[in-house]
Amino acid sequence: MTRPVPPPQGLLINPIKNGTVIDHITSGEALNVLKIIGITGTTTESVSVATNVSSGKIGKKDIVKIENRELRKEEMDRIALIAPRVSINIIRDFKVYAKGGVERPKFLLGVVRCPNPGCITNAHEPVSSRFEVLPNGLHCMYCDWLITNDITGHMI
Amino acid sequence: MKHIISIRDLDRPFIDELINHANHIASQHFNANSLSDKILALLFFEPSTRTRMSFEAAMARLGGTSISVGSIEASSMAKGETLADTIRVVSGYADAIVLRHPKEGAARLASEFASVPVINAGDGAGQHPSQTLLDLYTIQQSLPLDGIDVGMIGDLRYGRTAHSLAYALSLYRSRIHVISPKGLELPSALIGELRERGTEVIEHEYVEDIIKELDVLYVTRIQRERFPDSASYFDVSSSYKITTELLEGVRSHLIVLHPLPRVDEIEPEVDDLPYARYFEQSRNGVPVRMAMLQEVLK
Repeated sequence: MTRPVPPPQGLLINPIKNGTVIDHITSGEALNVLKIIGITGTTTESVSVATNVSSGKIGKKDIVKIENRELRKEEMDRIALIAPRVSINIIRDFKVYAKGGVERPKFLLGVVRCPNPGCITNAHEPVSSRFEVLPNGLHCMYCDWLITNDITGHMI
Repeated sequence: MKHIISIRDLDRPFIDELINHANHIASQHFNANSLSDKILALLFFEPSTRTRMSFEAAMARLGGTSISVGSIEASSMAKGETLADTIRVVSGYADAIVLRHPKEGAARLASEFASVPVINAGDGAGQHPSQTLLDLYTIQQSLPLDGIDVGMIGDLRYGRTAHSLAYALSLYRSRIHVISPKGLELPSALIGELRERGTEVIEHEYVEDIIKELDVLYVTRIQRERFPDSASYFDVSSSYKITTELLEGVRSHLIVLHPLPRVDEIEPEVDDLPYARYFEQSRNGVPVRMAMLQEVLK
């Protein structure tokens, strides 16, 4: 008999040299975060995703690491729509270059498609959707529709 | 430049002033030539009788001229022109635009492309602020707007007049009682919003349970086009009817309103009772729309 090797402790994903680490994502929302920032099966970034990791701060959390891409401010703020407590670290040469939280934007222009089929923004008109971000959801500033759930599903 | 797009954009001082202005106009205190050098464009992409005619009448009473598209089918819109382009073009012909359109938010979009004021005359199931203003105007002819009990019965889900009126009444601390067939209730998001604004919204199953405590009964039509077949429409539409018997023992000052057209929600015998104010309400469209036109064209 040989002594069993204990499983490795800590995170199973490696540090990144350059890029962005999105930490404290609401558990289960990591894939939606990727969708929000436009990372799909056809994009080329190296991405590591950890879900349901223990967190002293929020119980369970998800983490996303994206190599060689630094998120822009408006991308960070979009993430706040589904994961308001995330912290975002910009990594350069393995060191945290910038660290911060996110702010829910007050307005979203051309980010979310209005689910109301009768809304003028879904007709053939030269306008983008415009939503006001309220505590209870997203309010269409054209037709007054209120999106209260599945915000990611309505993103363009 | 002042547009009138949604009742949500209007605050209480603006509404009160507009109602006062309409009261002055109704008592013949107005200059019949005040808009004699103005042209109003009526862009109606959906059929309308009352709204269109009362805007035309309002413009004529103030000495102004109205122009309109003969029929949408024969116009450039039928050729696929966007509403945005139509509005930019018509802005060059007129001093103000009154727009009715089947899409919600159309008037908001129009206001962004127009170089003249836009008045929303109904956009899909969305807003119809001139109707709400004339509803409020009609109520204040008999009652204070503050602290009254207003019952709303009918299609409260799709009926835009009911949504706008409920919202406007929330500026006046009135209590709103809602009675509607199953599936046509006031949207829960709107009820939540009204309650957040401090308005008491009480849901009732039967109008008999509350009618004797109401100051205003606002009746709306069930819209046939919302139902897949005639049978389900008749099932729902026959589920309520305002009759002379129903109105026995109500408050003496009760007023019954209806944005019209009615089908058979109110039986014709009710027309002769002192409570019936819906034809007066319809007439009030002229002074209220005169006040609106003067407001945007001043």
